[in-house]
Amino acid sequence: MAKAAVDVPPKGGFSFDLCRRNEMLVKKGAELPKFRKTGTTIVGLVFKDGVILGADTRATEGPIVCDKNCEKIHYMAPNIYCCGAGTAADTEAVTDMVSSQLALHRYATGRESRVITALTLLKSHLFSYQGHVSAALVLGGVDVTGPHLHTIYPHGSTDTLPFATMGSGSLAAMAMFESRYKEGMTREEGIKLVCDAICSGIFNDLGSGSNVDVCVITKDGKDYLRNHQLPNPRTYVSTRGYSFTKGQTEVLSTKITPMKEKVEIIEGDAMEE
Amino acid sequence: MQIFEYNGSALVAMVGKNCFAIASDRRLGVQLQTIATDFQKIYKIHGRLFIGLAGLATDAQTLYQRLIFRHKLYQLREERDMKPETFASLVSAILYEKRFGPYFCQPVIAGLGKDDKPFICTMDSIGAKELAEDFVVGGTASESLYGACESMYKPDMKPEELFETISQALLSSVDRDCLSGWGGHVIVVTPDDITERTLKGRMD
Amino acid sequence: MAPVEAATKQHANWSPYDNNGGTVVAIAGGNYCVVAADTRMSTGYSILTRDYSKICQLADKSIMASSGFQADVKALQKHLAAKHLIYQHQHNKQMSCPAMAQLLSNTLYYKRFFPYYAFNVLGGLDSEGKGCVFTYDAVGSYERVGYSAQGSGATLITPVLDNQLKTPSPLLLPAKDAITPLSETEAVDMVKDVFASAAERDIYTGDRVEIVVVNSEGIRREYVELRKD
Repeated sequence: MAKAAVDVPPKGGFSFDLCRRNEMLVKKGAELPKFRKTGTTIVGLVFKDGVILGADTRATEGPIVCDKNCEKIHYMAPNIYCCGAGTAADTEAVTDMVSSQLALHRYATGRESRVITALTLLKSHLFSYQGHVSAALVLGGVDVTGPHLHTIYPHGSTDTLPFATMGSGSLAAMAMFESRYKEGMTREEGIKLVCDAICSGIFNDLGSGSNVDVCVITKDGKDYLRNHQLPNPRTYVSTRGYSFTKGQTEVLSTKITPMKEKVEIIEGDAMEE
Repeated sequence: MQIFEYNGSALVAMVGKNCFAIASDRRLGVQLQTIATDFQKIYKIHGRLFIGLAGLATDAQTLYQRLIFRHKLYQLREERDMKPETFASLVSAILYEKRFGPYFCQPVIAGLGKDDKPFICTMDSIGAKELAEDFVVGGTASESLYGACESMYKPDMKPEELFETISQALLSSVDRDCLSGWGGHVIVVTPDDITERTLKGRMD
Repeated sequence: MAPVEAATKQHANWSPYDNNGGTVVAIAGGNYCVVAADTRMSTGYSILTRDYSKICQLADKSIMASSGFQADVKALQKHLAAKHLIYQHQHNKQMSCPAMAQLLSNTLYYKRFFPYYAFNVLGGLDSEGKGCVFTYDAVGSYERVGYSAQGSGATLITPVLDNQLKTPSPLLLPAKDAITPLSETEAVDMVKDVFASAAERDIYTGDRVEIVVVNSEGIRREYVELRKD
């Protein structure tokens, strides 16, 4: 079969063509770079009218915080959301991919997506990569069969639970759930408990931090409360400030390119003949 | 040795009031030996969109060529330039495609979007997007840059002040990193013009 | 697996060291010295305590701040305290800060092949009453400088200090003193700001910063809250 002459955009799927080179580099003593992780506390619980999901907003690369306010509650369908922990690129990609599959499925069937469909799509993708796609997820939503909450592990195993936590702060958050969760909680009680569980992760786990995101899903729709709580503002700002005077930096050369005028205005009457 | 440390690099982008700045160092090394002192790490995609590529230089250049190719295809098909947000998604998709055999590259993207709203973004080598409203950093000097920017950055700076701030942050950070330095390259973009400056820095 | 094999494997995996994180900073001025450290002690992803002082007064005018492995730091502090007590008995005076600096270096180098996992800065006033800062590596190499940062947030803080307080080049003739141009209040303000910045980005720095100021009047302590996440 003739190979395409140009590097056309591929249709999808992973490309493994750098694997051999990278393996060679590793053998020669190169260390692979760290990927961006969401250390993370993510939680979810079932309350009277639906499901509440919660997440912190810190992303880390080793001991350094690379994003202080990232979004970990991902959109899957209008009635389904999914919190992601683990390698940031994997959680982002896997949720995006499944949400597009769900959208296509909705167009094909004309019916609302079900949580179990999302769950199956996610777990079968993760299982087929044997844990190498390291995404740990809390999936929640309300569909025609009622509210559902699931956890999905990177290897593809799943749980169905009334309350769930994931990520490095999962123990801290689960402590709150185990002591205070009860069946049939109201919306306010539920949000309060989710916030307290996330805060417990934020303050006691170094991998989690910054703000609290909450997403409430009921059969009437979703309520995405981005930055519902901001418990960690900067504590001190220098009174002196850092101001740099113009010309403080030594400049060797300068090149200024003006942007082209986009619109030309022609005045006068052009059609006089 | 960490693979990013093979060539060494420092990249930073900052947002100002209706403008942005993107800056890099100028060193290309092979481990501790300096090979070139005028190396370009920031590439122009179009007049209002720039990408800086930190990491392994060979991968950076390959990736740049693929990005330019994809952007040209887009221009032919759509007869317009890519929005920064769209371009960031493209870079992310190209990187994630090689999830299990990545390009050793950390991109920093900066552009002016609709209504001259500045957009900055960075990614890890497998395309995990990180959007920020203040500043983003990358390369071997990233830790130093985080510290410097965290102290020196303030919101809504004018282009001149933005230039001084990003330059001071860059120069003081690369002086504490053995693998980047030899001055800097700063691009400040406003809706009216692009100002490219070359900075004088320590040459050691 | 044979028992001998199992024992060997266990031995290979065991490490005598831990890193308890934390950042320390010291700035020397004309007639003062500021020594500061955060009060968080952590291991892995957990916080062990939010209120642990990394700063230790070794003599009247020598303050040591250390990050690294807390158990080693504690042992080092006790060792230096004992040495200082002997010095007081023998000489009937407090050790000067430069003398303490040399003692600390010797103590660290004495354990060259099983080092104290401690990253120290020593600050105080010298015999002329000028501020002095000594910075160390784990095995005792040291230098008198105008300012220094050590520990988990050092890479974040050092460039900022460089930018604001860069000392004249050591090659400059005639040699200039390694002291910073700031006033005492400006230096304290700067320390608070760099710690707030480091706490934003370094997960091992946070909770509270303890600032010790040494000047001719004596020693003063201040605390500022940092992020607790």
